Amino acid sequence: MIPLHGADRNQASPTARPRRPRPVPHHQTPAEDPPLTVAPEPQEQQERPSDWEQRLGGLLDFVRRRMAGDYEVDEFGFDADLTDNIIMPPLKPLYEKWFRVETIGIHNIPAEGGALLVANHSGTLPLDATMTAYAVANEHPSKRHLRMLGADLVFKTPLLGALARKSGQTLACNPDAERLLSSGEVVGVWPEGFKGIGKPFKDRYKLQRFGRGGFVSAALNTGVPIIPVSIVGAEEIYPMIGDIKALARLFGFPYFPITPTFPLLGPLGAIPLPSKWYIEFGEPIHTNNFGENAADDPMLVFNLTDQVRETIQQTLYRLLTQRRNVFLG
Amino acid sequence: MAPKVVLVTGVSRFLGGNLAARFAANPDIERVLGVDTEPPPRDLLRRMGRAEFVRADIRNPLIAKVIATAGVDTVVHASVTANPAGPTGRTVMKEMNVIGTMQLLAACQKSPHVRKLVVKSTSAVYGSSPRDPAVFAEGMSPKDLPSSGYAKDAVEVEGYVRGFSRRRPDVDVTTLRFTNFIGPRIDTVLTRYFALPVVPTVLGYDARVQLLHSEDALAILERATMHDLPGVFNAGGEGVLLLSQAIRRAGRLTLPVPSGAVPSVGRFFRSARLVDFSPDQMRFLNWGRVVDTSLLKREFGFTPRWTTRQAFDDYVSGRDLRPLIGTERVEAIERGLLDAAAKLR
Repeated sequence: MIPLHGADRNQASPTARPRRPRPVPHHQTPAEDPPLTVAPEPQEQQERPSDWEQRLGGLLDFVRRRMAGDYEVDEFGFDADLTDNIIMPPLKPLYEKWFRVETIGIHNIPAEGGALLVANHSGTLPLDATMTAYAVANEHPSKRHLRMLGADLVFKTPLLGALARKSGQTLACNPDAERLLSSGEVVGVWPEGFKGIGKPFKDRYKLQRFGRGGFVSAALNTGVPIIPVSIVGAEEIYPMIGDIKALARLFGFPYFPITPTFPLLGPLGAIPLPSKWYIEFGEPIHTNNFGENAADDPMLVFNLTDQVRETIQQTLYRLLTQRRNVFLG
Repeated sequence: MAPKVVLVTGVSRFLGGNLAARFAANPDIERVLGVDTEPPPRDLLRRMGRAEFVRADIRNPLIAKVIATAGVDTVVHASVTANPAGPTGRTVMKEMNVIGTMQLLAACQKSPHVRKLVVKSTSAVYGSSPRDPAVFAEGMSPKDLPSSGYAKDAVEVEGYVRGFSRRRPDVDVTTLRFTNFIGPRIDTVLTRYFALPVVPTVLGYDARVQLLHSEDALAILERATMHDLPGVFNAGGEGVLLLSQAIRRAGRLTLPVPSGAVPSVGRFFRSARLVDFSPDQMRFLNWGRVVDTSLLKREFGFTPRWTTRQAFDDYVSGRDLRPLIGTERVEAIERGLLDAAAKLR
């Protein structure tokens, strides 16, 4: 891809160069001539090749780093080098062209320090989590990494589990969440879990039970704000119209989906429908003003859980009324 | 209070022997006794200096006599090990670990002089599974209790140690849960594993590995002996290496093995006497294990001098492991490509 890019530009410059001097003698005085014709040319020669050469240099540097094992991995197994250079770039077309994701209120995520993002889960496959992570890493002014909490099924699965850890995910449990939050990371959690992502299409945008509110006690213990995140569009990517329980049990999956295209079209069924997405990051709910041992107060935890859930549900309804078409937005 | 008479178990191995040598070099300690079933290698014995080697089996009640007659006041139990003596050594290893600890603790309980007990345990007691938190603190217990091998031995050993400290509350008991050791001098399953030219790993898994430099391990055991620091402490270096990353840093090639074929590959390496991996260590290669060492730094008052990465690099350079494709070669290729690119301009 890079040499092609370079070749493109090299082809472009010879065609551009002979054209430029032609109008000059006709329309401009000789005094103005030198700065106009001379000045842009050295700039072209220096900048154009150096752009792709820099990219080639960066690529080679990356390959050498990977071969020598010369990169940092944190205690959760998060490999920032791999995430930024290998995992994120292929998601760009999916994010920008396929789902045309629009974010609202991304400034609600603090520029630094811990924050807990709580979002609705949908879409049969967790693309909503992937897109949210992409949004936080690319649209937020300080380009933060979203550290997501996943089910143990993810980490049990070969390849997927290793990839999940390298991309910054860890097991959804309070010790891990609190450790990440207190070290100032942005943590993402999808408390509906499999109940949310694997719900039938007829229940779309109806929030399921929010676990046991473990995420609220993690936020209370570390005093970080909770940011409710509402994702619209993910419900329609793989509309789940059926669930073969027997096959799910056979493979050890939480559900075995039937969508209009899967398993009818085989592997083509893995292509998500191009719905238009909106991700709204809501007003932060502060948790540092409840005093110490607030997490030991079950009533407070329940109330906060309900507050977050209600906020997301209301935001979903509002976004849905504003949306005129599933695919055009 | 500084100890007067110290007994160290497992002195024919790296940790026990070098620990005895350190105590022998300390003039505050009057007498150092080293116990093991077989004599230490000659260079280790020389380094141990004035430390007395007692050839005794800690599985035998005779050990009680040694402790009583010498008036031992501090016992360092460093013989619990993950490295069996040979292909058939696993049963013997288990007996040494578990029965040996029981006998030793029984002897300590009988002796009125004993005031301090330091136990070398392992972070393997936390197990290794995908359902566990990423980082283990001292207070956590594993989701899946280790069901076999060294990890189970260590869990049982720690159980007996807890029972002992309940019966003898006057004795200060320090339990140290070490991560895997690495270093240029120490010989463990892991150091042999990384020295293989082609390193087999489990396909689709990449364990997080936390290591502790063997010199740091010695310093920690020494500090636990010289000071009164009762409690349970995790001991490991700062930071983490992924297994694949460590193999790359050692300049080895990875051979991913599908998990179904892992037992037979493991058997091959065992029978070829290359590396002897037990099933629990195999599980460690799948998931890895990281421990929280803040208690070690804060309360125990020790910060390891080597991070995981530095310790591993020290091992690589100390063992003189040469990468299959040298860094100079890679850099030359990189330069060549960039020059070619500049010519294209």
